[in-house]
Amino acid sequence: MSLGLMVSQLAGGMFVSIQIFLVTLIFSLPLGMIVAFGRMSKKPLLQGLVKAYISIMRGTPLMLQLMVVYFGPYYLFKIKITNSYRLWAALIGFVINYAAYFAEIYRGGIQSMPVGQYEAAKMLGYGKARTFFKIILPQVIKRILPSVTNEVITLVKDTSLAFTISVLEMFAIAKALASSQTSLLPFAAAGIFYYLFNLIVAVGMDHVEKSLSYYQ
Amino acid sequence: MKLLEMNHVKKSFDGLEVIKDISLSVDEGEIVSVIGPSGSGKSTLLRCATMLETMDSGELIYLGKKAAWSDGTGKMMYAPKNELKKIRENYGLVFQNFNLFPHFSVMKNITDAPISVQKRSREEAYRLGRELLKKMGLEDKADAYPCQLSGGQCQRVAIARALALNPKILFFDEPTSALDPELTGEVLKVIKSLADLHIAMVIVTHEMAFAREISDRVIFMANGVIIEEGTPENVFASDNERTKSFLGRYKNL
Ligand SMILES: Nc1ncnc2c1ncn2[C@@H]1O[C@H](COP(=O)(O)OP(=O)(O)O)[C@@H](O)[C@H]1O
Ligand SMILES: [Mg+2]
Repeated sequence: MSLGLMVSQLAGGMFVSIQIFLVTLIFSLPLGMIVAFGRMSKKPLLQGLVKAYISIMRGTPLMLQLMVVYFGPYYLFKIKITNSYRLWAALIGFVINYAAYFAEIYRGGIQSMPVGQYEAAKMLGYGKARTFFKIILPQVIKRILPSVTNEVITLVKDTSLAFTISVLEMFAIAKALASSQTSLLPFAAAGIFYYLFNLIVAVGMDHVEKSLSYYQ
Repeated sequence: MKLLEMNHVKKSFDGLEVIKDISLSVDEGEIVSVIGPSGSGKSTLLRCATMLETMDSGELIYLGKKAAWSDGTGKMMYAPKNELKKIRENYGLVFQNFNLFPHFSVMKNITDAPISVQKRSREEAYRLGRELLKKMGLEDKADAYPCQLSGGQCQRVAIARALALNPKILFFDEPTSALDPELTGEVLKVIKSLADLHIAMVIVTHEMAFAREISDRVIFMANGVIIEEGTPENVFASDNERTKSFLGRYKNL
């Protein structure tokens, strides 16, 4: 196989990896906020359910969760699993897993806010929504940014787990190429890809952090 | 009509009675100081008056409009939401530790509520903001962030922020207690300068000379009750044993 063909196959996998990465972030970041509110709810039933969900998502391997999402519909409801469902299963699995992690980060950030900020806002006539979006959330984002960066970097590497349900992302393709070509080159290429990807993420997050450093 | 009326207010925290049947009223433009040992319930009283805390029983009335009252069965009732919103516009509160919004510039701290809550125009809010900053002696700090200011400057911004909403009454909870001694003077001076705005003020303070000078009336509280109230001359020369022993701790008088 020519080097050109190998590169183009790896590029295809790279595209899928980036797709998983972006879709996971776009959906799990807001979903995590909703989960966080459920977790902080005063209704015991809702709080208990969300607590159990978070605990399962964080307490079991992501690889296992992906398999459950992928094979679950068949074993539970005898729904035939189609090939195109693979990627969907991976995306759903990643989103619900990362939402749980982000929810706990949000919760920690929100609960670390001094009560005086809420009281000052109330005294100035801010309603609940305005207080949250204008006063609390911007400060929470600054506080949680380092933890979010950690999760995002982990996510870059975690996307490779999609190979367990045979999604043809970067790692799956590198593995297939490595065995068919009896070469370690594809693995090296994959390694460089993940490393560069994370370098970009780190630089980007550093930039965001700096842009928020105008206050303490 | 009284600006503020509190009648038979009671408040407990987990069985500890912190406010024991307190009644007080404040006239428009009146300056009232509240003094007393720490733990006597002064902050709690202000927090009940500003509805940061719910009362267990009693009545809270602003300009004749009931904000909160206990019904016959001892349950607290509150005015409907939209009425409470209007009632809240009557008062502001200056906190001991300022509670400025750290991510807003000084000017934004002052103008954001007038613009986004009171729907005033940006130009008007900024004009008022600059005016207030001038009054506070901070005209060069409009674009600074709270973290770049001293405690005394922060407290003056917090006072400007409260004034920007045009309250009829401003509550102060120990406005200088979080400050280094050399910074209390500048804040007290600013508060004194507010007297000619004819805003009523209720000031919890340990600055006895200040209370004596600025107040129309002084209230001495201990253990959740008002022990004594009257003109500064009367209270500071009181025969009451508890008042005397409390004031005796402030030797500079
Ligand atoms: N949120 C609260 N929960 C429990 N106890 C409180 C709370 N707020 C105040 N207290 C208690 O009420 C008493 C009066 O407190 P406070 O009103 O802060 O007094 P002061 O302002 O005069 O020092 C104190 O014993 C304090 O511990
Ligand atoms: Mg206090």
